[in-house]
Amino acid sequence: MTHRYLPMTEDDRREMLETVGASDVSELFSDIPKSVRLDQGLDVRKALSEPALIEYFQTLAARNDSIKKYPSFLGAGVYDHHIPSTVDAVISRSEFYTAYTPYQPEVSQGELQAVYEFQSMIATLTGMEIANSSMYDGHTSLAEAALMAATQKRMKKQTILISETVHPEARDVVQTFVNGPRLNLETVPSEKGVTDVQALKEMISSDVAGVIVQYPNFYGTIEDLTQLREAADEVGALLIVKSNPLALGVLTPPGDFGADVVVGDTQPFGIQGQYGGPHCGYFATKKTFMRKVPGRLVGETVDEEGQRGYVLTLQAREQHIRRDKATSNICSNQALNALASSVAMSAFGKKGVKEMAVQNVQKAHYAKTSLKDAGFTIVHDGPHFNEFVVDVGRPAVEVNKELFSEGIIGGLDLGRFSPEQEQHMLVCVTELRKKEEIDQFVAALKAKK
Amino acid sequence: MKREEQRLIFELSRPGRSGGSLPENDVPEINVNELFSSDYIRKDEPELPEVSELQLIRHYTALSNRNFGVDSGFYPLGSCTMKYNPKVNEGIARMAGFAHIHPYQPESQVQGALQMMYELQDSLAAITGMNTVTLQSAAGAQGEWTGLMIIRAFHEANGDHQRTKVIVPDSAHGTNPASASVAGFDPVTVKTDERGLVDLEHLREVTGPDTAALMLTNPNTLGLFEEDIVEMAEIIHDAGGKLYYDGANSNAIMGKTSPGDMGFDVVHLNLHKTFTGPHGGGGPGSGPVGVKEELVPYLPKPLLVKDGEDYTWNYDRPEAIGRIKPFYGNFGINVRAYAYIRTMGPTGLHQVSENAVLNANYLMKRLEPYYDIPYQQYCKHEFVLSAKRQKKLGVRALDIAKRLLDYGYHPPTIYFPLNVEECMMIEPTETESKETLDEFADAMIAIAKEAEEEPDQVLEAPHETVISRLDETQAARKPILRYEKAKEEQ
Repeated sequence: MTHRYLPMTEDDRREMLETVGASDVSELFSDIPKSVRLDQGLDVRKALSEPALIEYFQTLAARNDSIKKYPSFLGAGVYDHHIPSTVDAVISRSEFYTAYTPYQPEVSQGELQAVYEFQSMIATLTGMEIANSSMYDGHTSLAEAALMAATQKRMKKQTILISETVHPEARDVVQTFVNGPRLNLETVPSEKGVTDVQALKEMISSDVAGVIVQYPNFYGTIEDLTQLREAADEVGALLIVKSNPLALGVLTPPGDFGADVVVGDTQPFGIQGQYGGPHCGYFATKKTFMRKVPGRLVGETVDEEGQRGYVLTLQAREQHIRRDKATSNICSNQALNALASSVAMSAFGKKGVKEMAVQNVQKAHYAKTSLKDAGFTIVHDGPHFNEFVVDVGRPAVEVNKELFSEGIIGGLDLGRFSPEQEQHMLVCVTELRKKEEIDQFVAALKAKK
Repeated sequence: MKREEQRLIFELSRPGRSGGSLPENDVPEINVNELFSSDYIRKDEPELPEVSELQLIRHYTALSNRNFGVDSGFYPLGSCTMKYNPKVNEGIARMAGFAHIHPYQPESQVQGALQMMYELQDSLAAITGMNTVTLQSAAGAQGEWTGLMIIRAFHEANGDHQRTKVIVPDSAHGTNPASASVAGFDPVTVKTDERGLVDLEHLREVTGPDTAALMLTNPNTLGLFEEDIVEMAEIIHDAGGKLYYDGANSNAIMGKTSPGDMGFDVVHLNLHKTFTGPHGGGGPGSGPVGVKEELVPYLPKPLLVKDGEDYTWNYDRPEAIGRIKPFYGNFGINVRAYAYIRTMGPTGLHQVSENAVLNANYLMKRLEPYYDIPYQQYCKHEFVLSAKRQKKLGVRALDIAKRLLDYGYHPPTIYFPLNVEECMMIEPTETESKETLDEFADAMIAIAKEAEEEPDQVLEAPHETVISRLDETQAARKPILRYEKAKEEQ
């Protein structure tokens, strides 16, 4: 019997070798120098049957504590939101998930149109003129925006400023990326949980190509984009804003404040947490920068009969045409996850996305007020979206251990990023956290104080 | 096929309709106007569609019917390894213990996930002959950039700041020179000789004290094994450079040889190619990077390590190139890849490469009388043919590709690599049966005959698709990149 994924029978092999004119299959590999041929089997574990495979992975999966089993207050870039059932139904259509990049538009209109719709949804949500087809994730999308700011200034400006209130891992990723072309990355300090605009004004110089902020920022607070725009304008720097797209259902979009690039991750819309990936970066900007954008773009056009259709376009920016002169090296993106997000955004729709965003605000503020009532200090208190920082009075890492023994997954221990914040917990409350769960969480924290 | 336009989801929208469901708000209502200053409260709602659940499902089902995947039919897209995507892997990736875990859960809550990643890293290290593998990078291109940043860090740690050049063959994927450039190197091109292999003499000429690395795909994009690999490795290593292996074509060599044995120092693999992570219409992929011992200190952070029976993340890596991606890579794709490796086992993977190579050689042989085959030696998992004979009749590779659509096939990669005129690059993969290969060969032969006897049939193709050839010039000249509500509708 053949393996279920390998249809070649012994008869097939014989006939094919005869056509090829080879005595056996090893002859086809005779061009591999003897000195580098493997003389023993690969050192990987032996094959499993399908039932044994499922059992093996079930055992591994069972050793993970799912956030669907315990109420979770973790966010910081990965959020537990409702995923409509329609999402998995659509992304399980194998015409989508077993296709590749739509190089042949006549048989890829479905994917191309879906991407075009995604680009349109992201553009309207962020208040920007255009958006691309997706990036790997929010952090690398941010890093690509930083590189675009420098190349847009023809590398004459070599400094990127990034606010301390941007996700620490995103700052790390941007640092690694800008090390490529040897740009300077400088961190703008924060004051009371938001970017210190005064400090930014002092740091800004004619060498600054871009200013990066997050809105809502890592601590869940709302940055003053009007002032940040003004500061960037003083030296003609691009204002790059990283945004949770769900927050833009209720908050004024960065585009309305004149942001040049808006990036982020569409994970809140229809994408499972999956231990951090794959998620889906988005990249939105102004038309002025259309030919500098990294990644794929889909555009509308017509066929020979004048019928509307969609194609990959402005490819002269891309690596397969421009090679080392490309705007980015990105090739594959996150198309299937962009599709998942499009389905979720379409399912909730104009009103639903707003309602969902408002619910997140409501629940987070209820949790915050309850914690305050229980005697906790809210660090950087102010208007928040669905996250805020609470001082739990003891190392958050220990508190989290105790919480888990009571069946609660606590918020993020900020001591992970800086020891002076070891008592600070970044709490996220989405629409899925019930009042009862929030009350239990607050009561449990209070009992541990 | 009926040619008709598919409306955009925005054009199906009616105010007040919804296709979603949210939980009841069970906490006391607060007015957002009291929380945020008015400047920060969104005034104009985003123009998202308003459709019912059935409308949404019909819309996307209609879109899927206008799309062609591996499950729809033969998809011999060269260098993309469009093999079957096992259904069991999809189910496994959706298990709650994999799909619904948060990257900031303590390690003690996700030991199963970490064990899976560790075992996958080990398997990939064994397959590639490398010492340590990281699963961090998101895709092939990011793997290339990561590998080159590692090489750069290594040279800089040795004070070798003058190593600014990365050598790339002219037949390489476009991502190679692009990644070199993004990593701060100057790419240098090395020529392909008449055998379709790297020109050794030219390689010697361009290699020197400024060489940081050579990037190589082996088998190369012509589907040919670089049989001088041992000499090439010597040339580069003697000059103090490193060898980078682009794993895009690793489907050809599993269990036959390994990049480590060939002398490579750094490797990336495309798990969405060789290891069946579905291509997803363009992604997500996963591009793990493996390195030899000497380069381990520079791997990005964090690095997964085993401490007794426990798996933990090591962030204390002072020489690492830094962080390249949020969290721990494309975990969901990595789960699928590991499920595939466990399905195939060592002999299965070896069989995969043998069958992939035999399939490619068989198809090449069947097409040889009808199309020009520029390189006659045995190919590996893919081969290129040239339509220059057909071009004399006025029919180009693009036309043949479009005609293949009428026969129900996804065309091969065309016009790549750049060094073959009217190039078609065909990769059948091992998951295709002999019957499929024969039927495809028959279609290619029929098209070759059409090119001679009724070329218009080919030139005007496709005839059977939902849309005819699209005006790409107009798309680029007057870009329309998003839907906007027409003025009169507003």
